[in-house]
Amino acid sequence: MDGVHDMGGMDGFGKVEPEPNEPVFHHRWEGRVLAMSRALGFLRAWTIDTSRYAIELFSPAVYLTSSYYERWFMRNVRLLIERGLIDADEVEAGRALRPAKKLTRGPFTLADVEQVTRRGSYGRPPPGPARFKVGDRVRTKNIHPTTHTRLPRYARGRMGVVERLHGAHVFPDSVTIDKGEDPQWLYTVRFDAQELWGADADPKLKVSIEAFEPYLEHA
Amino acid sequence: MAAHDHDHDEGSHRSEMELRVRAIETILVEKGYVEPAALDRIVELYETKIGPHIGAQVIAKAWSDPGFRQALLEDTSKAIGTLAQVGRVGDHMVAVENTPHVHNMVVCTLCSCYPTDVLGLPPAWYKSFAYRSRTVKEPRTVLTHFGVTLPADTEIRVWDSTAETRYLVVPMRPAGTEGWSESQLAKLITRDCMIGAGLPKNPSEVA
Repeated sequence: MDGVHDMGGMDGFGKVEPEPNEPVFHHRWEGRVLAMSRALGFLRAWTIDTSRYAIELFSPAVYLTSSYYERWFMRNVRLLIERGLIDADEVEAGRALRPAKKLTRGPFTLADVEQVTRRGSYGRPPPGPARFKVGDRVRTKNIHPTTHTRLPRYARGRMGVVERLHGAHVFPDSVTIDKGEDPQWLYTVRFDAQELWGADADPKLKVSIEAFEPYLEHA
Repeated sequence: MAAHDHDHDEGSHRSEMELRVRAIETILVEKGYVEPAALDRIVELYETKIGPHIGAQVIAKAWSDPGFRQALLEDTSKAIGTLAQVGRVGDHMVAVENTPHVHNMVVCTLCSCYPTDVLGLPPAWYKSFAYRSRTVKEPRTVLTHFGVTLPADTEIRVWDSTAETRYLVVPMRPAGTEGWSESQLAKLITRDCMIGAGLPKNPSEVA
């Protein structure tokens, strides 16, 4: 979807402000939100892709005026209710009012912590031979799906070169519309900055995206 | 906007979020979905165990051992897994090496994807709208916000992490560190230089 989350190349957000000696969490609740998010992933309340899509679905005004962990928190509440794991009146009451829903996996215990603090694998057996090879000139498609995609707007309809091939991975665009993992070949595609940003762009800048095969065509 | 901008309305805002978050945790625990001790443990791990010191060990090893450096560039997750002090990390890590001609920078314009297995949780600036929006278009300006100015003829190579691959920058080993041990070298390696937003410390800063 062409949402405000797709920020590459936007102007107006000001300076980047590094914070010396930054704490891991600025508030105690941020750590709890992070931990709960990891736990809910373990319980199969959602996948990494559906959790990202849920954040993209917040209105631009909400997205832009909330902090990172506030967005995670709102996402958690929304998906917990949607999945029927908790109910809105329970959120209101601040306590459980009825028994738990039967879980696919869980409960989440101490023994499960190691698994959620190491990233999982998204590689899958390929659907067939790869269409492109390293060095191929490709063009990204000019697509504007109204659902989740990982092809950023600034890199649509652009000519680039395949730099790396990463094997086949879970395809986020399909997972988020309940079409399964639908594995697709994943490539690193490199662009000259002038192809992305015009003649005035930095001539010594190259930018790459990770592009799933359905995003690409031969140039 | 970014997480740290909320420091101003500290009192009421923080306590309201604290209460809302606690309410959800209470419900999840009462329903038996999660064990509170497991949540405590996750927070503790990110606060004390999983951080940029892991990445620094990896880079120090790459600076010291040409065979490891080669292995790291060829299959990053596998190579890191061979380091006893680090152990297994998630799949799809990709190390990219700075040279006198090319400086690498990592960003995620769509959310805030970050190599957490080797760097811990991302800093607020990495998640900020400014970093996410500007890095793919004007990385040299972004670098000046970190006090870094590169020669105009240095190519900047930006990696937008739009899938589950996770990039780790291998900075250049500073001159004047000949004969340094890996643990000495690791002190030069900052989190920011492994994202490409900074450079390693000057040897005189840690000697």
